[in-house]
Amino acid sequence: MLDISGIRQIEFDVLVIGAGGAGLCAAITATKESKKVGLICKSLLGKAHTVMAEGGMAASLGNVDKRDHWKIHFRDTMRGGKMLNVWRMAELHARHAADRVRELEQWGAVFDRTKEGLINQRNFGGHRYPRLAHVGDRTGLEMIRTLQDYGIHKDIDIHMECTALDILKDESGKVAGVVCMYRETGEFIIFKTKSLILATGGGGKAWEITSNSWEYTGDGYAMAYEAGAELMDLEFNQFHPTGMVWPPSVRGILVTEGVRGEGGILRNSEGKRFMFDYIPEKFKNETADTEEEAARWLAGDKDARRPPELLTRDVVARAINAEVKAGRGSKHGGAYLDIATRRSAEDIKKKLPSMYHQFKVLAELDITKESMEVGPTCHYFMGGIRVEADTTMSTVEGLFACGECAAGMHGANRLGGNSLSDLLVFGNLAGTGASNYAKQLGAVPKFNEEDAKKIIRNATSILNREEGGNPYLLHEDLQKNMQNNVGIIRTDSELQEGIQNIENLKEKNKNVKANGSSQFNPGWHEALAMRNLLITSEAVARAAHLRTESRGAHTRDDFRDESEEWYQYNIISKKGEDGNMQVIKERRKDPNPELERIANATLEDLEAEVAEERKS
Amino acid sequence: MGNRKFKIYRGDNTKGELVDYNCDITEGMVVLDAMHRIQADDANDMACRWNCKAGKCGSCSVEINGRPKLACMTRMNEYSPDETIMITPLKAFPIIKDTVTDVSWNYKQNKKIKPFSPVQNKKNTEKGLVMQQVDVERTQHFRKCIECYLCQNVCHVIRDQGAQDKFVGPRFMIRLASLEMHPMDDADRIPAIKEDHGSGMCNITRCCTEVCPEDIQITDDGIIPLKERVVDRYFDPVMILFRKIFKK
Ligand SMILES: Cc1cc2nc3c(=O)[nH]c(=O)nc-3n(C[C@H](O)[C@H](O)[C@H](O)COP(=O)(O)OP(=O)(O)OC[C@H]3O[C@@H](n4cnc5c(N)ncnc54)[C@H](O)[C@@H]3O)c2cc1C
Ligand code: SF4
Ligand code: SF4
Ligand code: FES
Repeated sequence: MLDISGIRQIEFDVLVIGAGGAGLCAAITATKESKKVGLICKSLLGKAHTVMAEGGMAASLGNVDKRDHWKIHFRDTMRGGKMLNVWRMAELHARHAADRVRELEQWGAVFDRTKEGLINQRNFGGHRYPRLAHVGDRTGLEMIRTLQDYGIHKDIDIHMECTALDILKDESGKVAGVVCMYRETGEFIIFKTKSLILATGGGGKAWEITSNSWEYTGDGYAMAYEAGAELMDLEFNQFHPTGMVWPPSVRGILVTEGVRGEGGILRNSEGKRFMFDYIPEKFKNETADTEEEAARWLAGDKDARRPPELLTRDVVARAINAEVKAGRGSKHGGAYLDIATRRSAEDIKKKLPSMYHQFKVLAELDITKESMEVGPTCHYFMGGIRVEADTTMSTVEGLFACGECAAGMHGANRLGGNSLSDLLVFGNLAGTGASNYAKQLGAVPKFNEEDAKKIIRNATSILNREEGGNPYLLHEDLQKNMQNNVGIIRTDSELQEGIQNIENLKEKNKNVKANGSSQFNPGWHEALAMRNLLITSEAVARAAHLRTESRGAHTRDDFRDESEEWYQYNIISKKGEDGNMQVIKERRKDPNPELERIANATLEDLEAEVAEERKS
Repeated sequence: MGNRKFKIYRGDNTKGELVDYNCDITEGMVVLDAMHRIQADDANDMACRWNCKAGKCGSCSVEINGRPKLACMTRMNEYSPDETIMITPLKAFPIIKDTVTDVSWNYKQNKKIKPFSPVQNKKNTEKGLVMQQVDVERTQHFRKCIECYLCQNVCHVIRDQGAQDKFVGPRFMIRLASLEMHPMDDADRIPAIKEDHGSGMCNITRCCTEVCPEDIQITDDGIIPLKERVVDRYFDPVMILFRKIFKK
């Protein structure tokens, strides 16, 4: 008999799961108001996905182009998200990003500088002005190291290489804690807490070609789902247009959009700069239509319009995909990304040092001399845990979410650079929201012991089983399924097949077996993650099947246009009474009229309005 | 590219052995890819650390044929086709399991360092800190560090002399240097660099610089200038007199 009293327990006011930008920021903020703050992560501190971010963080600082303003950042974000973003979240983000970036500088971040000595900003897809604060192409490293070095001097109880398995609640349905496992020893621990913040990142490891690491198995989505929370917009999976395609072993590794921001262009096998053929109607007025105009823009002409390579990611990814399908792909099935003929070798090494290094070592290619081969790679989840904008609380009392694992901020498509600033803005709001909730709660709710036992038994049975399937191979089967049936371009029949395959894999997963002991056993960890990957994949596939339109990152070959009707709806996934996944359309709330006006204003009008505001 | 032979350390701090594995290698594979293939097919419970697979996170540090390296940035074709590839854990830290070591000591060193303390003057403005690019370049160079701890692993002060309680090691010397050379930092760390962080322990062998995957000039640009600052403060009679007079 399993005895819960034999398992170590620690009590918190606020516990944060995940030590990326969002989790660290939330924990730091929580220490302002709460006494006992905890932070746990699956890897070592400083190794979360955030460390890999390259290009920068978007904020309307206006250091490079003074015309920038939160309203214009907001408009860009809404248009990039195809107007499906939660209005209030996009507003909060655009309003607060600049303050948060400056705060990060006070905490020790050393950004690249402008001539005046302020934080420099670079161009990125979908952003009207140079808006991304950056450090070469290692902005994520700068961000996570700053938060880490600042955070370790706050009163935060940090548990590294500790995996959260499932959430505990009390009789009334409030969050009461979480069952975790130390990866090193396999020992279980129960963290009791008044409020719990999920900052676990995404689930891109469900696909074969992905820029994501082993950590991205959708743990946050699955834990929230099992706890009864609602997931939203999971059909929107961003495929970044430029992942490496060759050699095969590095397929999917990211090539930052910064390459295009610094002037890089895309060509097909015929040498044609093909993006001019793919400019969507909505962006025609704001995009250059000749190479000559694009060149003027790069040279700094403020009246020239942006080159089409800097259209939003969904557009560029689909364009590359179409070129390859039409037989005009690069040697290994991608497109050519050329920075070599656009900038001097010295500039490239200075602005994009880690890209230079990455290609030299991994592909034996000198990007100052040759073109890179690139193609779409699964990159980011716009959807996730449904939260209330100002507090970040989910639909379960006491459960909060921020960063990539939360839904709403990015709508149907995220703009590059908007994630890192999202982490700061909503990490901060989550820290405050969770603290406020904890304060009014009084005592830590009492968790249900039977639930805790069940979680632990499920985990250990994977090790104790006499025999069973290999979790790594099961994972590979899931990745193939998602790549082939739930990829960039989707159809009804493939999605149905994808869902059926997931059902079969769920059955197989019931008998998965990990060999060896419980000590630092990646096979066991892989098997534990399978449940999360399967819940995440199922929610993605079912939502993608339900949404019969193409919008942003969700492209249906059988429904090629955006539909007015679908604009009205979000798709919500939730665990039903019968234990099966319920996937339903839910009508969106009406927007605040002022925000709607800003998002739909023409650029000229909005620029004039902002200029007028500044005068007075 | 054919089938290749590997010897990988399996075991913990008390006992372990080199175990033979074979793996089919395709074009472009790095050592970490081979480890993952072996793990998936033949050794499900083999422990290894990784995250980014692109030299950005510093998780996958191991010794390959005795040399400290990032497994994700070491290509298989660096080795001749008939060479057996031996993968062992970092030597300077206790083994947890297989190639995974206990690097927690490093996190403790970081905590001892006084963090960034921004100057409050007219260059700390509403629009942020005012600093020129040339003035932040040195600090940025040090901040490229991905905390792979390969330098800590080869530093003989830590590795052979076991002076873990006297010296923070090269990684944290450059963290200190990045703070000391930050144009807008207000804190004084020189006494601590001498006393607590042990700048005197380093005798400039440059082994750390040699292994740094980020090509950080740890010794010449980081440690030596810090040593000079310590000397200026404590041993330079002119400086001491100067400070007495001006009470600095
Ligand atoms: C290669 C790459 C480049 C990118 N470049 C940019 C860019 O230039 N600009 C931009 O804005 N965005 C960029 N992005 C996106 C952005 O980096 C991520 O969306 C963002 O960093 C996510 O941060 P996060 O804090 O939400 O999660 P993460 O940083 O991923 O952190 C997740 C944390 O949760 C922990 N965790 C997960 N599951 C569990 C569990 N079960 N138990 C315990 N802990 C758990 C992990 O250990 C980790 O600490 C990039 C992404 C990639 C992959
Ligand atoms: S130069 Fe100093 S810090 Fe570097 S390895 Fe040698 S003794 Fe250690
Ligand atoms: S200084 Fe270089 S070798 Fe040392 S931890 Fe940092 S990146 Fe690794
Ligand atoms: S896996 Fe990140 S450095 Fe090797």
